[in-house]
Amino acid sequence: MRLDETTLPVYAKGAAILGAGGGGSTRPGLLAALETVEEKGPVEVISLDDVPDDELIVPAGLMGSPNVSQEKLGNPEMGAWMRDILERETGKRVCAFMPAEIAGQNALAPVIWGAHTGLPVVDADGMGRAFPEAQMFSMNVAGVSPSPSALIDERGHKVMLRNLDALRHERCARSMVVAFGGSAGNALYVCTGAQARTAVIAGSVTRALRIGQVLADAPADRIRALLDHLGGQVIITGKVSDIERHTSGGFVRGHALIDGVGVDSGRLVRIEIQNENLIVLEEGGVLVSVPDIITLLDTQTGDVIFTETIRYGQRGTLVAFPSPDIWRTPEGLALVAPRAFGYDFDYEPLELLTLSRNGEER
Amino acid sequence: MTTGIPQPASARQDLRIGIDVGGTNTDAVALDTSSTPVAKAKVATTIDITSGIRRALGEVLANPRVDATRVGHIMLGTTHATNAVLQRRDLRRVAVIRIGAPASVAVRPMFGWPEDLHQHVSVGSRIVRGGVELNGSDGVPFDADEVTRFCEEIAGKAEAVAISSVFAPVSPRHELLARDIVRRELGDIPLSLSHEIASLGLLERENATIINAALGHVARKIVAAIEDALASFDLDHVVPYFTQNDGTLMSLDFTERTPVLTIGSGPANSLRGAAFLSDLSDALVIDIGGTSTDVGALVQSFPRESTFGVEVGGVATNFRMPDLVSIAIGGGTIVRRAEDGTVQLGPQSVGHDLLHCALTFGGDTPTLTDAAAVEGRARIGDRIPPDTSASLLREALSRSDHELAEAVDRVKVARGDVPLVAVGGGSVLLPDALPGVSKIVRPDDYDVANAIGAAIGTVSGQVDQIVEIGAGTGGRARVIEVARQAAIDNAVAAGAEPSAVEIVDIDEIPLTYLREPAIRLRVKAAGPLSNV
Repeated sequence: MRLDETTLPVYAKGAAILGAGGGGSTRPGLLAALETVEEKGPVEVISLDDVPDDELIVPAGLMGSPNVSQEKLGNPEMGAWMRDILERETGKRVCAFMPAEIAGQNALAPVIWGAHTGLPVVDADGMGRAFPEAQMFSMNVAGVSPSPSALIDERGHKVMLRNLDALRHERCARSMVVAFGGSAGNALYVCTGAQARTAVIAGSVTRALRIGQVLADAPADRIRALLDHLGGQVIITGKVSDIERHTSGGFVRGHALIDGVGVDSGRLVRIEIQNENLIVLEEGGVLVSVPDIITLLDTQTGDVIFTETIRYGQRGTLVAFPSPDIWRTPEGLALVAPRAFGYDFDYEPLELLTLSRNGEER
Repeated sequence: MTTGIPQPASARQDLRIGIDVGGTNTDAVALDTSSTPVAKAKVATTIDITSGIRRALGEVLANPRVDATRVGHIMLGTTHATNAVLQRRDLRRVAVIRIGAPASVAVRPMFGWPEDLHQHVSVGSRIVRGGVELNGSDGVPFDADEVTRFCEEIAGKAEAVAISSVFAPVSPRHELLARDIVRRELGDIPLSLSHEIASLGLLERENATIINAALGHVARKIVAAIEDALASFDLDHVVPYFTQNDGTLMSLDFTERTPVLTIGSGPANSLRGAAFLSDLSDALVIDIGGTSTDVGALVQSFPRESTFGVEVGGVATNFRMPDLVSIAIGGGTIVRRAEDGTVQLGPQSVGHDLLHCALTFGGDTPTLTDAAAVEGRARIGDRIPPDTSASLLREALSRSDHELAEAVDRVKVARGDVPLVAVGGGSVLLPDALPGVSKIVRPDDYDVANAIGAAIGTVSGQVDQIVEIGAGTGGRARVIEVARQAAIDNAVAAGAEPSAVEIVDIDEIPLTYLREPAIRLRVKAAGPLSNV
């Protein structure tokens, strides 16, 4: 399978859905990927099984503010710089890039770097959605170290982070990104084919592609088609009646209120935001929570409304999809359950929750 | 951003004329010092635009209440630039310089443009080294030699040059350096600099800058049209302005440099006119024309702006445009019964042939105006539509009521009922009550609200920056105060009355994933023209 001028826009649509409201707009990344593919040819998507045991998979993405990457559109050569210093560092051959997270811009960046270097992209990722921090990777659950990790800016400045655990990596990498001017490419949890087979979330690229295809094939009722495809549920259909955002600790935190319309008239739900949509509350009770994927869609178009672009008055359908299995294990939940984000309650899988006040079938 | 508006010659010139050149009609209105309309005119828009403007102006000036010597200002809103882009007509050949290597090379200039527009406009592009960081500090040294080399390549081919650089809204200094080189190498070739055109978002800002450069001829033409019209009525003493997409004014000089800012001025004028006519500063506005309906919102008398970029002729840009919901329903919308028995509304419209085609005017095409007439909402025409069409018209009107109500509801930003101001020639379609609407205000002169909106245009100043708000900056409150003052200073520099300038909009977006807290801050101030 290949990512080319036809499949890339489909892939980008699917990746936007998996972002849980985060990951940023896929548009600039998509344009860059289309241009690189036009110049260098399509990117091969390979299966995890095709990676030799002792060759490297490079999970990679962008780190920094989406507002900075609106101005700094990136430099495709970053991929080659990343590959070269990692090969020098480890003495192993880099076989393929992999999206560190299959969401937003970060789904596209490794494709651009793959196209530019001629390396394939592995059909997998490290999150199965978007998460805000560097310890929230499936490779971390599997015991793979985040370092050696390469940070590269668009000018070719390179920093190699060694011997850091996930939390220290997170802090050090953020400081470096600021020093670089607000955005950088990051390769972390670099692992061999043998390690990767039990550490990454397989099938993520094809998953995003299929989601994009479902959206493309059902122009009339995209949201319904999406729910059927992903086993998701509608939480509420309504209208954004309040949005509050502020920065703290390098993250956008805040909340949005959705006022029900139509069958949901009279209901009011609250989305808790920390870069992504984390929790949905109604009348003081939890409706659904991270790590299940909570995404706000434009009711008319089915397009994702990102947390940065939520605005008063938007017509939205709030939907939730089951989390990748890895995050539902005790080890996974230790990293990404509501408590990991500072909330004082436990995660319950979406399928066991009653998503409306009066328990009606939806 | 300042608009550089000169002051009128005499304080005795106490009349203003607003003109709106729409797709169908050219409207004109004269206002006195209390902003009361003293004369109005509505004529068909002409292809050359000049003769339509001249006719509308002539009708207003022929009114005995309008003394031409007392006219001090004339404000013009036009969709001409928009149409030129849509029709790929009269566009200049542009050379594009992006100052942004190596940080911003992943997408080349004009990548993804519609092929025909690209062919029409581009004579080549170059990405050179340079650009600043988000805090304005030097990112990469500016490559002057490469700009010089590019100038040699495009000499004799380019009719205009568009220059953009990374984080130019934070600091335009590399754009200014490039401007000086292009001036030195290519003389007085028309130039567009991105920091004068649009805000953060390099690709969209660059696109807007290129379109602006391409619109140079069109700008000359619309400026010449207004100058000709003024000369032909001996109105040489009158100071003319154009309205821009936020409903504020710019001088002819500024219009010639930034014609792209006239795109979107039509809906902005109608929203501002509605605010004025209804005396409401916060309300929804519905403008029902012959073919389509726009619904927007007023926030402190200004159009609420869209947070998303808008496409112009298939090109993504990031202007601040009025946030509108548009639907294909208007007074001329043709109604018919489909084969399955359902009633279909448009999207075809009889447009300005309403007076010949509609049933109430003796024609044979059922329209929504006929439906409004049958239901007693409009007293229009002199024929009664035949009974055979009664059920069709009734059903069509109920469908139209439903769709208009939906459009109004989609624009609302908060719970609770809000007032709705109805303007535009087709506003007779609107029922007397809508869900979620506290009252429907139907002002006098609703049919020339857009020309009135142009005539009451204010002057604005804007600031759009990424600023750090951490330790050592004085904090968020201090940073916002500095930006407020800068916006006010910009408005006064553009010709606003200092005592009446107000902050009309503050928009603050926190930036993610940065250790140092920073915000993107957008502040807009506006006030009436001084001496008016």
